[in-house]
Amino acid sequence: MADIFVGREDEFEDRGRKVIVHGDLEIGVFFVDGGFYAYENKCVHQGGPVCQGRILNRVVEMIADDKTSQGLAWSEEDVHIVCPWHGYEFNLKTGIHPGYKNARLRRFDVKVKGGEVYVVT
Amino acid sequence: MDSGLEQTRELPQEITVKTDTRDILARETKYQIEKGFNNWTIVDVDAHHSEMSSWREVVQYIDDPILKHYGTEFQSRTGGAPGLSNAMPGLRYQDAGGRIPHQTSIAEDVSDTSVHRDVTLIRRSMEGMGLDHQILFPGNLLQLGTHPQPRVEAHLALAYNRWVCERILPADDKVKSLLYLPISEPDMCLKIIREFGENPNVSGFMITAVRYKPVHHNQFIPIYRELEERGLPLAFHAGLTWGDDWMKQLDLFISMHAISFVLCNIVHLTNWIVHGMQERFPKLDVIWIESGLAWLAFLMQRLDSEYLMRPSEAPLLKKLPSEYMADMFYTCQPIETSNMALTEETFKAIKAETQLLYASDWPHWDFNPPSTIYDLPFLDENAKRNILGENAVRLFGIETQTAKAA
Repeated sequence: MADIFVGREDEFEDRGRKVIVHGDLEIGVFFVDGGFYAYENKCVHQGGPVCQGRILNRVVEMIADDKTSQGLAWSEEDVHIVCPWHGYEFNLKTGIHPGYKNARLRRFDVKVKGGEVYVVT
Repeated sequence: MDSGLEQTRELPQEITVKTDTRDILARETKYQIEKGFNNWTIVDVDAHHSEMSSWREVVQYIDDPILKHYGTEFQSRTGGAPGLSNAMPGLRYQDAGGRIPHQTSIAEDVSDTSVHRDVTLIRRSMEGMGLDHQILFPGNLLQLGTHPQPRVEAHLALAYNRWVCERILPADDKVKSLLYLPISEPDMCLKIIREFGENPNVSGFMITAVRYKPVHHNQFIPIYRELEERGLPLAFHAGLTWGDDWMKQLDLFISMHAISFVLCNIVHLTNWIVHGMQERFPKLDVIWIESGLAWLAFLMQRLDSEYLMRPSEAPLLKKLPSEYMADMFYTCQPIETSNMALTEETFKAIKAETQLLYASDWPHWDFNPPSTIYDLPFLDENAKRNILGENAVRLFGIETQTAKAA
């Protein structure tokens, strides 16, 4: 177990991130809605640099009470990271694909000590 | 706390259209070294460049003076497809709304002016994916088979072929092409084969599968005869269209793309098999490009079942359709792996160890790096080496001294 220094807490804006390389490990650390989340920068699909993709809210489809579709919208809660290689999407707070629970990113714990952010490997 | 023995450094936060291709593909480069297959011979049988970015150059290669005039005039128009081509604006959905930047655009910095910009970009993709050779195809011109003006298709095909053979391919002997055949105009096809058939940078010829011509028709027979006599492979490159009446019912890109790419190859391969083209041209190597693999096991069983009940409609056949199918070649991309048992059975059915060719389809959104084949759990090393490179080396007669393993 090792605590790897990532950066100062105040360097992270909401939806901000840092992607670090430490030895053979590449890790993305994200700050979303007041919390830190860290994942290996390796997509479970074909190994792409998932943490260096676009951050976009999840797309949802609005279905009315009568089951008719009312079109698409951005989710107000779920924030996704999108792998830039092929578009696999993962919830930034869980690391899980929205439609396939077995597709989940390797997760690391994050510690904040004295205003400094560390990822635990 | 960390021991401090290992240095920590930062990577760019986000990959964009301006990121160097080698940085986009860095994880593949690293993975090949980790797994030790970075010194294997790897041949990419399907990659693309954006000929539309060089369209002003291509237009200058049009023979017909009037078409050349129109093509030049269209350059100054705003909006729509580049002059004379029939590129479909709806296909801009390919990058999933900007989620996949290498599909959106390759806008990285290229300072080397000693070669065409495309050559530098191709070399970077080869370096990133550890490739020894790459077979290059155009992008939007793959739609040209549905051009309403067959004569325009023919002249654009000739112009593109001349341009790519003069401006792109000579710069690097590791980059080859299967040149575009506008089969709507068979005479032009023969002219193209005769003009470029001996070109060392040309590994064979290609018919775009998005077209509504029955490929077994007698008017095309001289094309196949010419290729067989010259020992040149023929590829059918699948593509997508939203203009087909069946596709018009699929109002999302995901649906149209999933079906369109496969449907065109299913139709042409069915005609090819049932009309006995493999019997008529037994020495012609035929390659089916870019429909994934899952469709093959379905079509093999489907055609076998129908043929056994109706042999009188396919009198040229001397064996099952599936056996003819297993004599032909296929590229792997975009490989389906969500059900690995089905994938393994498909590999067995098509005799993948000798008939399957690795293809990246770079820089498109559903590209497959070589690790896609390396990581398949049911293949032994010999099969992986064959699929990643050796099958293509044998098929195209690639000089092995330019391959890494030599």
